[in-house]
Amino acid sequence: MIGGLGPEEWQAVALSLKVSFWATVLSLPFGLACAMALARGRFMGRDVLNWLVHLPLILPPVVTGYLLLLSFGRRGPVGEFLENIFGITLAFQWTGAALAASIMAFPLMVRAMRLAIEAVDPKLEEAAATLGANRIAVFRTVTLPLILPGIIAGAVLAFAKAMGEFGATITFVSNIPGETRTVPSAIYAFLQVPGGETAALRLVGVAVGIAIGALILSEWLSRRVARRISGT
Amino acid sequence: MSLSVDISCALGGFTLHAAFEAPDGVTVLFGRSGSGKTSVVKAIAGLLAPDEGRIVLNERVLFDGANKVKLPVHRRRLGYVFQDSRLFPHLTVRDNLCYAARVSGRGSPSPGHVGELLGISHLLDRRTHALSGGEAQRVAIGRALLSEPDMLLMDEPLASLDGPRKAEILPYLETLRRETGISILYVTHNMAEVARLATHIVLIDDGLVIRSGAPDEVLTDPEVVRLLGIRDAGAVLSARVAAPPEDGLSTLSISGGRLFLPAVDAPVGAALRVRILAQDVILSRARPEGLSALNILPVRVLAVRRGEGPGVIVQLLAGDDRLLARITRRSADALGIAAGTECYAVMKSVAVSQTDIAVGLQSGI
Repeated sequence: MIGGLGPEEWQAVALSLKVSFWATVLSLPFGLACAMALARGRFMGRDVLNWLVHLPLILPPVVTGYLLLLSFGRRGPVGEFLENIFGITLAFQWTGAALAASIMAFPLMVRAMRLAIEAVDPKLEEAAATLGANRIAVFRTVTLPLILPGIIAGAVLAFAKAMGEFGATITFVSNIPGETRTVPSAIYAFLQVPGGETAALRLVGVAVGIAIGALILSEWLSRRVARRISGT
Repeated sequence: MSLSVDISCALGGFTLHAAFEAPDGVTVLFGRSGSGKTSVVKAIAGLLAPDEGRIVLNERVLFDGANKVKLPVHRRRLGYVFQDSRLFPHLTVRDNLCYAARVSGRGSPSPGHVGELLGISHLLDRRTHALSGGEAQRVAIGRALLSEPDMLLMDEPLASLDGPRKAEILPYLETLRRETGISILYVTHNMAEVARLATHIVLIDDGLVIRSGAPDEVLTDPEVVRLLGIRDAGAVLSARVAAPPEDGLSTLSISGGRLFLPAVDAPVGAALRVRILAQDVILSRARPEGLSALNILPVRVLAVRRGEGPGVIVQLLAGDDRLLARITRRSADALGIAAGTECYAVMKSVAVSQTDIAVGLQSGI
């Protein structure tokens, strides 16, 4: 027992943290690019991009998981390509769990970032340009610092969402102890066997704690965005 | 050093066609709100793309529609002071001032001299939200200056400030002009600012440049009075302090005689600009006697312009300076005022307020 958790439970917590960490970190650049495109972009297909980003939020997670399996599975078009060219296998691996978690968390991440970007006054960016800053410099010295708290808030929300992802994960990568058995999958597994309730309950406590912590952190960060942009 | 603009641009309700030259000094772009002034400045800065035309600054082509030249905003080297100061909220005053140096990789020079010039040296470590409107605008001016621009564009920099704050900044602008010698294109629809700052005026109305030239000529042109606003119509005279104040009055010499005005804080011999409103000037055929007004100048009538209302605008020559008087049509007829009439212009000393007197600036530099 470590910290009140059994080895199996601890394994699930550690795996969940690993999966969520990578799911968040790897989707950050894509999330920021999508948020910038949605907040500032004027292009054909902007609405389509918006729907695509939000789709995982409204689709049944099982459907998302199954679609992932169809495309990223060993015999799926993308899965086959990744395995043949890069030797990366996603199906029934923890990496697949990270992919599922990142896709499910993506809408939350993009929403938080998009709100922060939309709150930035483009007039400040104009002013920066008149002072000699090119587009990259404007982004680096004005836009990014102003939206940084929003980016962190989005990342925190995405992390929390990834910690709790269940439906898409179990459909795509199953429930393999030590490989794809994250905290929610573990809770589900414990509840299937007699006498597993106490272990499940301990994991529920962990999950609730992480979720509340993430929510408080993200709220606090959102308020900092507002403060920073108003300059108070 | 000069800016040459000749652009056309379809805006919401009308087509802007602006063609003018801005020589060294302070060129004021004057016009009513909605006349297209801001669009001209934006086009010069590159924030708005004209449909066609050319913009050339000191032989550097910023925009050329025919040859598809459009220098990006960040390479135009123009300092832009916006109506709202647009300071970066996440940076301190110092970092705002040094922003241009930072993005251009010139390192961070101290805002030293500019800071002192604008009276913001004591604010360097403040956050921008802790600044008053006037302070914020001074920091914005300093920030633009420190980008080492070829020209400063100021788009109604005082419009968002209340009366006292405006009065607080105007002297800084005069100092700035004197000390740095930078050329300024200044947009405003405030006559007091025009009178105090302008060395060249471009009048713009409904997207067209209708008159440009030296302030003493443009402002005293009876034809443009309608555009300037009848209450704001007036002449700007170059004057020198002739004697130290006595009884609270300074004696100034102008080409057409002497003026007694409320005490000016400037040494004997200093150059001044004085704005005299048309409605403060009375005309008399004979030299008046037993009158409380101290300023009586012999003048000759150059032109009389009759409008729709009960008043007429009379353009006068006093020495080499032009003056405007606004009198009733009835008086003009009764006195037989017409071009060529010799008469006397009478002004109360107290009609000229301190805000109408600019120190250290002469028109037409």
